[in-house]
Amino acid sequence: MLKFILKRVLEAIPTLLILITISFFLMRFAPGNPFSSERGLPPEVMQNINAKYGLDKPVLDQYVTYLGNILQGDFGPSFKYKDFTVNQLVAAALPVSATIGFCAFIFTIILGVAVGTIAALKQNTWVDYTIMSTAMLGVVMPSFVLAPVLIYIFCIYFDWLPAGGWHGGGWQYIILPMIGMSLLYVATFARITRGSMIETLNSNYIRTARAKGLSYPYIIMKHALKPAMLPIVSYMGPAFVGIITGSVVIETIFGLPGIGKLFVNAAFNRDYSLVLGITIMIGALTIFFNAVVDILLAYIDPKIRF
Amino acid sequence: MIQKKANLEAVEKFADHLEVEGRSLWQDAYGRFIRNKAAMTSLIILTLVVLAVIFGPLLSQFAYDDTDWYAISIPPSFANGHYFGTDSLGRDLFVRTLIGGRISLMVGILGAVVAVIIGTLYGATSGFMGGRVDRIMMRLLEILYSIPFMFFVIVLVTFFGRHIILIFVAIGAISWLDMARIVRGQTLSLRGKEFIEAAYVCGVNKKTIVVRHIVPNVLGIVAVYSTLLIPSMILTESFLSFLGLGVQEPMTSWGALLQDGAGSMEVAIWQLLFPAFFMVVTLFCFNYVGDGLRDALDPKDR
Amino acid sequence: MKVKALSIAIATGLAMSVTVPVFAAHVPQGTQLAAKQELVRGNGTEVATLDPQKIEGVPESNVAYDLFETLVIQDDHGKILPGAAKSWETTDNKTFIFHLRPEAKWSNGEPVTASDFVYAWQRLASPATASPYSWYIEMTGMKNASAVIKGEKPSSALGVSAVDTYTLKVELDKPVPYFVLMTGNASMSPVNQKNIEKWGDQWTTPEHMVSNGAFKLAQRVVNERLVLERNKYYWDNKDTVLNKVTFLPIEDQVAAMNRFFSGEIDMTYEVPTDHMRNLKKEHSDVLKFTPQLCTYYYAFNTKKKPFTDVRIRRALSFAIDRDVITKIIIGKGDTPAYNFAHHDVAGLKVDMPEYSKWTQKKRDAKAVELMNEAGFNKNHPLDFTLLYNTSDNHKKIAVAIASMYKKLGVKVHLENEEWKTFLETKRGDNFDVTRAGWCGDYNEASTFLSLMQSNNSSNDAKYSSAAYDKVMADAINATSAEQRTDDYRQAESILAKDMPIIPIYHYMNARLVQDHVGGYPMHNAEDKVYSKDLYIKK
Repeated sequence: MLKFILKRVLEAIPTLLILITISFFLMRFAPGNPFSSERGLPPEVMQNINAKYGLDKPVLDQYVTYLGNILQGDFGPSFKYKDFTVNQLVAAALPVSATIGFCAFIFTIILGVAVGTIAALKQNTWVDYTIMSTAMLGVVMPSFVLAPVLIYIFCIYFDWLPAGGWHGGGWQYIILPMIGMSLLYVATFARITRGSMIETLNSNYIRTARAKGLSYPYIIMKHALKPAMLPIVSYMGPAFVGIITGSVVIETIFGLPGIGKLFVNAAFNRDYSLVLGITIMIGALTIFFNAVVDILLAYIDPKIRF
Repeated sequence: MIQKKANLEAVEKFADHLEVEGRSLWQDAYGRFIRNKAAMTSLIILTLVVLAVIFGPLLSQFAYDDTDWYAISIPPSFANGHYFGTDSLGRDLFVRTLIGGRISLMVGILGAVVAVIIGTLYGATSGFMGGRVDRIMMRLLEILYSIPFMFFVIVLVTFFGRHIILIFVAIGAISWLDMARIVRGQTLSLRGKEFIEAAYVCGVNKKTIVVRHIVPNVLGIVAVYSTLLIPSMILTESFLSFLGLGVQEPMTSWGALLQDGAGSMEVAIWQLLFPAFFMVVTLFCFNYVGDGLRDALDPKDR
Repeated sequence: MKVKALSIAIATGLAMSVTVPVFAAHVPQGTQLAAKQELVRGNGTEVATLDPQKIEGVPESNVAYDLFETLVIQDDHGKILPGAAKSWETTDNKTFIFHLRPEAKWSNGEPVTASDFVYAWQRLASPATASPYSWYIEMTGMKNASAVIKGEKPSSALGVSAVDTYTLKVELDKPVPYFVLMTGNASMSPVNQKNIEKWGDQWTTPEHMVSNGAFKLAQRVVNERLVLERNKYYWDNKDTVLNKVTFLPIEDQVAAMNRFFSGEIDMTYEVPTDHMRNLKKEHSDVLKFTPQLCTYYYAFNTKKKPFTDVRIRRALSFAIDRDVITKIIIGKGDTPAYNFAHHDVAGLKVDMPEYSKWTQKKRDAKAVELMNEAGFNKNHPLDFTLLYNTSDNHKKIAVAIASMYKKLGVKVHLENEEWKTFLETKRGDNFDVTRAGWCGDYNEASTFLSLMQSNNSSNDAKYSSAAYDKVMADAINATSAEQRTDDYRQAESILAKDMPIIPIYHYMNARLVQDHVGGYPMHNAEDKVYSKDLYIKK
């Protein structure tokens, strides 16, 4: 196990390096620069700005300087939000997205797996169709349609919850965004669980257990759940990273200061250092959670060897 | 034991005349699929939708880009020919919904096909090969997953201009990533099963094992997940429009119609309702077909 | 004795209750004020910075006007009022003397002195600050501004100095009669030198920031909220009614509208166009329209065929039905534009071009005629690409105009690009016709008309006319207001004849403002809404 972790950490370094390099140069190839505005800046002003942010040096030099800085933990100043460094902005936004994301993830797993399992047990009956159809609405309708509907019902019509804001993160500000984010993933988890659970329930050893007279709930919990979770666990890695790093749509509609909005705005503003900083963070998180997922896979299916 | 030689000959002749057709697993699957009522109904509805988006616009007196300043955002009515009402520029929503369907269906289906082909092969190979090959392929996947998609699209447009093919390249580039991971997971599990061991021992080469044994057995989960991908691809296309790559005005797609409709939900709900209805019905059908395929392809289903 | 004391007490009490309450100044007599004086304003995008010398955009300026006070401020009609300076004088419009208020103080109690302004303006020009707005100080004509920006001279060479603690002297290269107006821009705010030197780039945090305006910074959560609270050291603090102002960066107009109607916001930044008709019908009491010094226009790439031909440019301008766009498509009361500078610009006189008085039918006919003359007709239709940046509004207008052109046989391809790519394309040569907009920095015609000069870095139409450049140079050197007005009139006439750009409409700002907000300025064309002039009614 230790060897596994060590190997992964060693592999993470070249992976991140390649990611940084590709992203760095990809951004420089995209047209537009961080300081352009509707008002064309006179060349001498442009020169001063470029000198201040090091953009007047050759791209390769900037790349090397940037790498050197990262190794010391300095991800640079934000080009757009001139009062802050990248570290400060990410440190402020990440907890918001992570909190909502984590709650959404727990909610999604429990609800999604439960729904999928019930549908699998009652395969092709009206229970199956009803449950799955309801869950499916979360997938087929985009969040920019569902979230305003949620707001309209709970905030404007019933006035039970605030229509947005974070205010330091009280439960009433988390609950609607959490539901908004989960809707998409609940359906996905439910369908994958259903498919996988049906396949598992048709196995011989489950048939043996039924023949022995064991009840379905017991069979599910003790025998079927673990192997059926295999595709879910595989999907969980990227899904978890996606949920934690937030959805720009949800954050825009609910006015949350999260990473999703920060990242998309940074890309639109060509805020190179902020985009790179968040990209590295996403890359590191992806690598980490994929490693966790691989460990879980080996736990679920003892025959799996990497 | 059969005593009489004559009887023996008669049975042998009889056996020769019997046409015993072997039934392959694919034929089994086909049969099961046909008998799945939900899946077949969905297939029929899908066919109707496809016919509607191809021929429907011909039934209306309006073109999809006919603006009408005096018919802005009017509700649906049979009388003036605007069956689904009009949008904020007075364009007929009936025609626009159907025309939008053309792009969205194309994007959805082609995107799913790309995801299935590339994702399945990549994931199956990675999972089956194991060891160093698997590790390198997975790290590559992680890199591709983390690259900021927006810049990739902008650079694509900068270097290649805006061709409709690029939409599919862009969508195809990210759609297969999740699929590959899921297939890899399934493959890792399948790899340890006895029948794979048996094939290996029989001397079947690795490529054939992957294509003939692994892939058909992961098709169940692939069918389910690919139909789950279709809605996200339709929405990615509208994000691409935002970046200037997707369809340009006055052409439209369901994603674009939904975005416009969501903004005017309180004042002109028909602008959201009709495209949403079409999208929901179509995607539901795709999903039932996907589930039907999964059920049909499951070798363990009686 | 007791009775006398009592009657004195009663008399004093009566007197006090009859005198105007403490917060009087701008609050009309008899208005009942709410107990809680807190305002929540929607502010569009997240502010890029709170450092005044680095500000470029409108959301940042809105906050800066509350945090800092420039030499002059404005009343609700946009007229100049003394701000940090209580009076000023000039004899030749080249040298200005400003007398600062001795009672003005920073939020830490220190007095606001002339050297604070000197430091701030030098900072604006200095290459070390690398301010994206440093061109503004060059535009004021301050001595040596150009050289300082280029790094050729030290910032101490800038033509501004402190004669004594409360007297500021400014020297310009050429006479600029509207210089005093120009000092009202947020980038010309004073800053506290000791404070900045102590904290460096971290001076804009709530713990460190020192400001001289009616409010000071209390809290900042990026992308969520920015909270200001009363600055008790502000010289006019007794007239400030609000105790707390919160700015919410809500980009989505519909989300802002929803939060307005749920009571969370008192003032929005804008209003979604799709809901305009509905709002005018059902919520006209909270919908406020104010003029705004911005012009919406389309620019030709005048160096690219066929737009090198003035007939094509004029034809395409005639073919647009501006009334349909302003009344039906957008519907917020914008004015159809036939000239470039906003019609509300102070002292502007324009000879409206002929075609502004024709019917649209006549314009359409004339357009077709001109296009035929230039060699385009049904068999050889005019075919070009119209570029705009991604936004619902721009999309609607572009689609509408494209369909107007289509009716006359012109083929238009619509292309949208996201913002930064759009700016790059617009600045380059690779477009045919692009959507554009321009807002004035100060209330004088040159803020618009200078755009079309051939050396202006924002002249995306690449328009270059010796006649135009000459008449604009004349305007700068004009010795009387009448002469200047006449020069601007001529400039507009040249633009109308050459049509390098198609003016489409002059902006009207639409905003949702709750009933209980008092003091909202209905006539300030520069959209300067100072929170210190607002109050919450009961």
